[in-house]
Amino acid sequence: MEKDIMICGVGGQGTVLASKIIAAAAMQMGETVHSAETIGMAQRGGPVTSHVRIGERAYSPLIPLGNADMLLAFEPAEAVRNLQYLKKDGLVIVNRVATKPVTESLQETGYDGKEMLAYLQQKCDCLIVDANDLCRTLGSVRYFNIAILGVAAGTQRLGIEAETILKEIENRVPARFLEKNKAAFLAGLQLGKN
Amino acid sequence: MKEYVMGNAAIALGALAAGVNLVSGYPGTPSSEIIETIAKHPHEGVHLEWSVNEKAALEVAAGAAYTGARTLVTMKQVGLNVASDPLMSLAYVGVKGGMVIVSADDPGPISSQTEQDTRRFADFARIPVFDPASPEEAYEMIQDAFEYSEKYRTPVLFRPTTRVCHAYASVEAADNMQPKAYEGFVKDSGKWVIFPRLSFANHAMIEGRNVQIGEDFSSYRFNTVEGQSSKKAVIASGVSYSYAREYLKDFPQIKFIRVATAYPLPESFLLKALEGVEEVLCLEELSPYLEEGLLKLAGKHHLELKVSGKLDGVMPHSGENNATQTAKILSAFLGTKPPQPGADLSDMPRLPVRPPVLCAGCPHRASFYAVKQAMKGKKSNFCGDIGCYTLGNAMPLDMVDTCLCMGAGITMAQGLYWMDKEAVNFAFAGDSTFFASGLTGVVNAVYNEADMILCILDNSTTAMTGHQPHPGTGRNMMGNVVDKVDIAKVLEGIGVKKILTVDPLDLKASVEAVEECSKMKGVKAIIFRSPCIAIAKTDKKCRISEKCITCKKCISQIGCPALITVNGNVTIDEGLCTGCGLCSQVCPVNAIGEA
Repeated sequence: MEKDIMICGVGGQGTVLASKIIAAAAMQMGETVHSAETIGMAQRGGPVTSHVRIGERAYSPLIPLGNADMLLAFEPAEAVRNLQYLKKDGLVIVNRVATKPVTESLQETGYDGKEMLAYLQQKCDCLIVDANDLCRTLGSVRYFNIAILGVAAGTQRLGIEAETILKEIENRVPARFLEKNKAAFLAGLQLGKN
Repeated sequence: MKEYVMGNAAIALGALAAGVNLVSGYPGTPSSEIIETIAKHPHEGVHLEWSVNEKAALEVAAGAAYTGARTLVTMKQVGLNVASDPLMSLAYVGVKGGMVIVSADDPGPISSQTEQDTRRFADFARIPVFDPASPEEAYEMIQDAFEYSEKYRTPVLFRPTTRVCHAYASVEAADNMQPKAYEGFVKDSGKWVIFPRLSFANHAMIEGRNVQIGEDFSSYRFNTVEGQSSKKAVIASGVSYSYAREYLKDFPQIKFIRVATAYPLPESFLLKALEGVEEVLCLEELSPYLEEGLLKLAGKHHLELKVSGKLDGVMPHSGENNATQTAKILSAFLGTKPPQPGADLSDMPRLPVRPPVLCAGCPHRASFYAVKQAMKGKKSNFCGDIGCYTLGNAMPLDMVDTCLCMGAGITMAQGLYWMDKEAVNFAFAGDSTFFASGLTGVVNAVYNEADMILCILDNSTTAMTGHQPHPGTGRNMMGNVVDKVDIAKVLEGIGVKKILTVDPLDLKASVEAVEECSKMKGVKAIIFRSPCIAIAKTDKKCRISEKCITCKKCISQIGCPALITVNGNVTIDEGLCTGCGLCSQVCPVNAIGEA
């Protein structure tokens, strides 16, 4: 299998765990995996990206532009910011809920993500999911990082079976959060299938 | 056992597999996870420490290396500047046990002040340097580095870059990791005491030895040639090798040379690899070090070789390389098919800017705000330093006028004072920074009678690099609870006349402390003590009542990310709020209280 999957969002949204679970699940399938994370100053409220590269032919940790099979975007503007990485026939799964920049309250720009979503729909194959809706019954939008993996698996375009990912969630999520995370994954899976 | 690990973890596991006996270092992105990995991994019999700074780390390791023990020292590239004093001398003296100094370079720069190149430092110090292209390689190569270090009795540098340090890959780590047996320190002052005579003799020895190492490196397993003979060849080092390899896999006829040891340059290897080559493109990050080496080689051996790279403008001097840019440059050089352009996104809507900011509830915000309030309308300068609190420069705080290097704020405030005695000159230093390189600056101020206010932003951790302990925290990397080095007592011992300790989240007390200090002559210190909110988690939240008059003073004064406007009304994002209460002390109508 050759797959490049990019995950993007804003520092604190849990992109790193999502990328680790994809990588581990692909390795369960016997694939070679490389990945890279944003670490350091940029984590503090800045844009973050994870590059996950599955397959023998990916030598470097960063996905070349125009090469990502899938872009999992935790935020509309971050999806647009990284859209150049997407393959021509690649799929974007994007959270509808915008994260306003922390400077927004100082200098209002009226950013609400709508213009970004419209642009995405015009430019690419794009699946918009609402993190608030998806996580409503779970009590916190924090589970979205796992829910979006469910959506990705549900589309059948990730190349990794839902069961394999679920197993890695069990391996990596602390026991007291496991039930909610599994529920988040399954809710996402259902959404992705439809 | 096969493990999926970060490059820094691969380096740590490689050092353990090499039987390292002592590991020391100072945190710095992108190097910090090396020591953290060793701490989490079984490492019985290995001494592990976060040293007070990089100079101390290298000197601790030097002492250990004289016994025949294997030592690993870790730091980021600017840390190597701090450690350069012992490094330059140690290069002359040499070691008995293998010593590998990891200095992680940060092209971009992503989290650093400079885009300096550790390979130049290796050349400057006349010691070998290893340059891994991936985490898998780093695991193997660091073990080689120990072997070479011991073989030639010299410290060696190991320089990964961010995309090796923070990349993840599968590494087959050894199961059995035992620290190496070592002889112990054998006194020999002719060997271990640096004197001009020894330096003179060893200087000559080192230059001869380096020619030998260059020969030895000519058959080194990570200096490789792929592809067939071609008139145009590509040469790469570090992670640029991985980027180039990805493009060149479709062009197996192109000769592709990789140099993993840029110093001493493996001359015989290169001369053979470059046979029949008329033009070579050099792919590397940071400085054109390898490129200059090739030019020297071409000059020395009268090669008819055109060398392309940073010096002729084909490659950029600054920033990091990536696969797409490398592919474009390679296709132009080789006259091959350029990479597929992505979709046209020139009509992209304007993206929101997301500058990094202090976290919601960060006590540094409160400290800066107190000083700002106390100094309102008075001429004052604010010297910042390295750490999370550099972010105090952001609006609306705007409280960092200078930032240079670790500890520099304390001494620069003195320079500003000597040139402008009218202004009140402040230095802000974090607790870890204070211990790392602030102490001597305070001694300098007291001794030379400067007039300044030192603000220690004591959040009881090294926050920016991932919460490492330091001498003020009462914990060390051996897992022991130790006596805390008391910052106030240290300052008192130095002779600072006024030392106040306040809770920055108490705005009134903090402002009063600053006002009190600003009226006094000499060196004054305020310790703003409140734990990093990323560690001291609370369930406290603030809430805005109907008393709010939407003046937005809270937002415009302190800029906390938890304060947001929804439909024109000020609201608190409870997901972010830590209940620090600073906003409630800023509110003119007491509309904010604890939820």
